[in-house]
Amino acid sequence: MSPANKEHANPRFDEIREKAETRKRAFKEAPGPKIHIGMATCGIASGALETKDAFEQMLAQLGIDAQIHTVGCIGHCYAEPFVIIDHPESGFPPIFYPEVTPGKANMLTKLFLAEGDPRFEHILGATEKNEMIPWVMEFARFSQEKRVVMEKCGHIDPEDIYDYIAADGYSTLAGMFQRTPQEIIREIKNSGLRGRGGAGFPTGPKWELAANEARDTKLVICNADEGDPGAYMDRTILESNPHQVLEGIIACAYAIGAHKAVVYVRAEYPLAVRIITGAIQQAKQLGLVGKDILGSSFDLDIEVFQGSGAFVCGEETALIRSIEGFRGMPRHRPPYPVQSGLWGKPTVINNVKTLASIAPILKNGAAWYRKIGTENSPGTAIFSVVGDVVHPGLIEIPMGVTLRTLIFDICGGIPKKKKFKAVQIGGPSGGCLPEDFLDTPIDFDSLTQAGAMMGSGGMVVMDEDTCTVDISRYFLDFTQKESCGECTFCRIGTFHLLTILERITEGEGNEADLKTLEQLSEDIKNGSLCGLGKTAPNPVLTSLRYFKDDYDAHVEEKRCPGMMCRPLVAYYIDLEKCARGCDACVGCCPVEAVFTTSNRKKGIDQSLCVKCGECMVACPPEYDAVRKVSPPQLAPIVERPQQTVKEHK
Amino acid sequence: MKDLGMNLALSAEEKSLLELITPELVKIGKDRSKLIPILQLIQEKLAYLPGEAIHMVADHLSISPSEVYGVATFYNQFRFNPPGRNPVKVCLGTACHVKGGDIILENFERKLDIKEGQTTPDREFSIERVACVGCCALAPVTVVGQTVHGHMQPSKVEGLVLRARIEREKQQREKQKNESSE
Repeated sequence: MSPANKEHANPRFDEIREKAETRKRAFKEAPGPKIHIGMATCGIASGALETKDAFEQMLAQLGIDAQIHTVGCIGHCYAEPFVIIDHPESGFPPIFYPEVTPGKANMLTKLFLAEGDPRFEHILGATEKNEMIPWVMEFARFSQEKRVVMEKCGHIDPEDIYDYIAADGYSTLAGMFQRTPQEIIREIKNSGLRGRGGAGFPTGPKWELAANEARDTKLVICNADEGDPGAYMDRTILESNPHQVLEGIIACAYAIGAHKAVVYVRAEYPLAVRIITGAIQQAKQLGLVGKDILGSSFDLDIEVFQGSGAFVCGEETALIRSIEGFRGMPRHRPPYPVQSGLWGKPTVINNVKTLASIAPILKNGAAWYRKIGTENSPGTAIFSVVGDVVHPGLIEIPMGVTLRTLIFDICGGIPKKKKFKAVQIGGPSGGCLPEDFLDTPIDFDSLTQAGAMMGSGGMVVMDEDTCTVDISRYFLDFTQKESCGECTFCRIGTFHLLTILERITEGEGNEADLKTLEQLSEDIKNGSLCGLGKTAPNPVLTSLRYFKDDYDAHVEEKRCPGMMCRPLVAYYIDLEKCARGCDACVGCCPVEAVFTTSNRKKGIDQSLCVKCGECMVACPPEYDAVRKVSPPQLAPIVERPQQTVKEHK
Repeated sequence: MKDLGMNLALSAEEKSLLELITPELVKIGKDRSKLIPILQLIQEKLAYLPGEAIHMVADHLSISPSEVYGVATFYNQFRFNPPGRNPVKVCLGTACHVKGGDIILENFERKLDIKEGQTTPDREFSIERVACVGCCALAPVTVVGQTVHGHMQPSKVEGLVLRARIEREKQQREKQKNESSE
């Protein structure tokens, strides 16, 4: 198919686009500098609102005529709150500033906007190629990404539909209505797009199944019930570029013949709820959603349903139950939702990222999409990389990139010169992979083969000071709480898995426990109905397989190699190094466990210590006297003197 | 088990708020699929679901109160205790866990002498654990009221609690001053 949709003239859309382009030109040509501020949840959490206020006040104070343009999230969490200043009069290209606090905002307004000095020491890079400042695309964190879904995130104002249209948004609709639904489905099938919700079911065939159902009422559900405690890309997409998702929903509805769509988004994401609701309103006003879209005689109504926060509702049949007003408990499949879904109607449920991939595919053609990624997993993958990496954040890469490239090149590797230990992929359903797997290409199949899973796209990088047993316990604690209770193995099995893991992390584990863990994990996988139970033991199984040493150390030596399991570690103060009269650690201890010994050095009362590690942070580096050991018996016992200093006074 | 908090008496203000919801319920209708939106509406107004509200919804939809409880307790969003004036939300997302979020939670629990999910008797503070507030680069993170505090340390806990208490006292003093001057 020809990617040029512009040839499909549609007078209604052309008029809208004309208006959008006029507005964009007016913004561009307006005199004075332009300040782009990232204002998604992550930006706001890091203080973007205060930064914006600071800019506004300082601009008003200095009488500078500048325009502030709020945009979504660009995915560079380490740089939040970020600001891009486009100040052509200064002679500099648009500049990307990371971590702009209100103080920095004041300083930049005064020195850069008023006096033309861009303050080189605060610059991350320029967003255009130039002679003076390094271009951000010269950095691996920018250049090795391939943005398809998140292309416009962080560049457009999510609350202004014209911004999206001026960036070529909704341009596929006019052309799409001139093609038959079958042609659209064929295009998606040819693209090889696989569902981005985790399991990787091919999208085209799913749509085809729904399209072939000869029923009057069909439905589309956009699944934005993101429950993994370490993944936030769905929220970011809804907050930064909601219209691209809507464009995908419209295409899906047209292809399968649905006239109603529901966006299921978590109530815990208030900003995402507000932005997507507003986006639907705006699209309705322009006639892009609602009756007779762009004169095509195709109707589509989109509404937002606020999910109430249950991890299991990410499973499609549970999600349907929850919209119907019940507890979100999964049911047997078949019948699949494409046959009998919400209120018994054929329903296509697609993840946010899947739907956001549709518009780029329709625009550039299936062949273009096929060229990105690998043979069996075309396209891009979005990961939220957190934990021990230098540049955490959201990263969109072509499928097939290795974990090593992702972690060491794009994310800058492990900070503080520590060694890589493991990477946890896929959140509570995924697994921990050791160093041997760093050269594994990232795609649906090879990750599953390794025992992990694409899952939600959460990725936690762990350095040598991490305990994989504790990480498994953490995820089990999560899935155990989130198990809906329907299947016995999931409900009771995960409870026992968690109990055993807790025992091990407390140093009470025994040899037999490890065998039970393995056996019980297999049983839970076999005895559970939905993906939650089937994948819940994955963190345990993979860590048992790849990090057996960790388990053995806990069980046999009662030692935690990563020194994370608090019952198995102890802090003590090295009296050789402790400086007389220094009180740094006493003040910071939350439980008053640090006392002064008879020679005015410090000791730790092990019976009071909660092992928070504050004293270690507080101890001045020139003394570096606080030690952390595992097992705890290694800590020398220092007697607390009968009379403490306070009593002397 | 979540404490369903049915023993707590409703304040007069809460009672009148609840009465205001009744006409809205009529507008929403009696369809079962409206159950969750109705519960969300009530929680939005009252900040929690008191026992009275559960009975009201059950009557409205002609289902048993236990059915309403069953659905409400299934979802994490709904709470059955009034939140404190300064709700403390400790993030225990994956990144925060790795960086010691549980130690922060423990410190708040110790300092305020309540457990997560509970509210201090003076309704000043409540503690909740949340999964990812969305700024993993700042881990560990705690949200007190509306403010996000990044790179939390156990020693910062005391300061935060103290600051909130001092601000409250200041507000009360000003209020008294205003009242006496009027």
